Amino acid sequence: MANDKVLHVTDDEFDNKVVGNSLPCLVDFWAPWCGPCKAIGPVIEELAEEFDGKVQIAKMNVDDNPATPGKFGIRAIPTLILFKDGEVVDKITGAVGKAQLNELINKAL
Amino acid sequence: MQADYQLIIVGGGPAGLSAGLYAARGRVKALLIEKGAPGGQVLLTDWVDNYPGFAEGISGFELIDKMTAHVDRFGLEKKFAAVSKLDLRGPVKTVFLENGEQVTCLSIILCTGARPRTLGVEGEKELTGQGVSYCATCDGPFYKGQEIAVVGGGNTAIQEALHLTKFADKVTVIHRRDELRATKIVQEKAFANDRIDFLWNAQVKKIEGNGNGVNNVKVAFNDGSTTDLAVTGIFILIGVAPNNEILPLDQLQVDDAGFILSNTEMETSIPGVYAAGDIRSKNFRQIVNAAGEGANAELSAEQFLAGRKHGTGQH
Repeated sequence: MANDKVLHVTDDEFDNKVVGNSLPCLVDFWAPWCGPCKAIGPVIEELAEEFDGKVQIAKMNVDDNPATPGKFGIRAIPTLILFKDGEVVDKITGAVGKAQLNELINKAL
Repeated sequence: MQADYQLIIVGGGPAGLSAGLYAARGRVKALLIEKGAPGGQVLLTDWVDNYPGFAEGISGFELIDKMTAHVDRFGLEKKFAAVSKLDLRGPVKTVFLENGEQVTCLSIILCTGARPRTLGVEGEKELTGQGVSYCATCDGPFYKGQEIAVVGGGNTAIQEALHLTKFADKVTVIHRRDELRATKIVQEKAFANDRIDFLWNAQVKKIEGNGNGVNNVKVAFNDGSTTDLAVTGIFILIGVAPNNEILPLDQLQVDDAGFILSNTEMETSIPGVYAAGDIRSKNFRQIVNAAGEGANAELSAEQFLAGRKHGTGQH
């Protein structure tokens, strides 16, 4: 089930759509070859529904967009980074549960 | 007795999907509950060469896709939600979900699986995601042209060390004994691979990093000597720990490591409650075992539901 509330961002769009976003932004760095990334996919979509209008949920494919993950020193996926006013608030690595992701997002609210 | 389902399966790895397949075909009113997408630890596996029927081997990903398509073909009901706790006492069992919902059933199969074990050394937790990894399939591509370490000597460790040579220039396997436990054919491939080195009788003492992540691993040998390994990544593949946080350990019998005790018919210490797959206390954790146990657990549950056999609770 595709979800249009999840924003798919590229390296080129990152500054504009994530750093410059007026809402806090949770970015899920993933790749098609990563099983655990696939496993948390449905949870990411649910969060996008639930935080609609309060937090922007975004995904970045690290295969197609190497610059941004490099900039943030990402060496494991899935990694989820929470941004607020362009700054990193906190991050989580690995396929964690929804409760932990909720806890992470709430740090920006 | 009133319950929402005759059978609930907790966990959607190979054990749960196999149980679900048998339940759907047995026309049991069943529900499979999974917290993410189906797959379990198979999703951490690059390539599966030992699942019968796939003569050419199959990726962990694709195997799970096929297993999921198989249960879907027979119409298994699935729910994607995280379980917070279980009440297994009495004839009607209750599954509590993190979202506040409750679902009840007359029998239940626990397939919560296991996860990679941690080393418990200094620097490991702090540098997880910044050089410390438990999933070679996920993180291997970040180490192109670099030197890395793998800890462990079992099938998973050696198989994934081989996978990692596709990316890294050099992979050093750190193993606490002087021989590997991995299947012989996997060992042969590793010994023949000139990108793989071994440190025998060796244990990781500390993982060190700079601002960019891991840059050194301190290794101690059994004879007391030590060495430094300048690597940018360390993959820890030393076996599994049980996913038992949601299980009522005051109601269920488990072994010293926290895996569920069950008999050859997958019956646990509680009638109507079964265990299958990596969460069971057992010697060998293989995908094919998990699938077999899932089938067995479901058939035991069907017998129980039909009143032909009430769990003895004996092992």
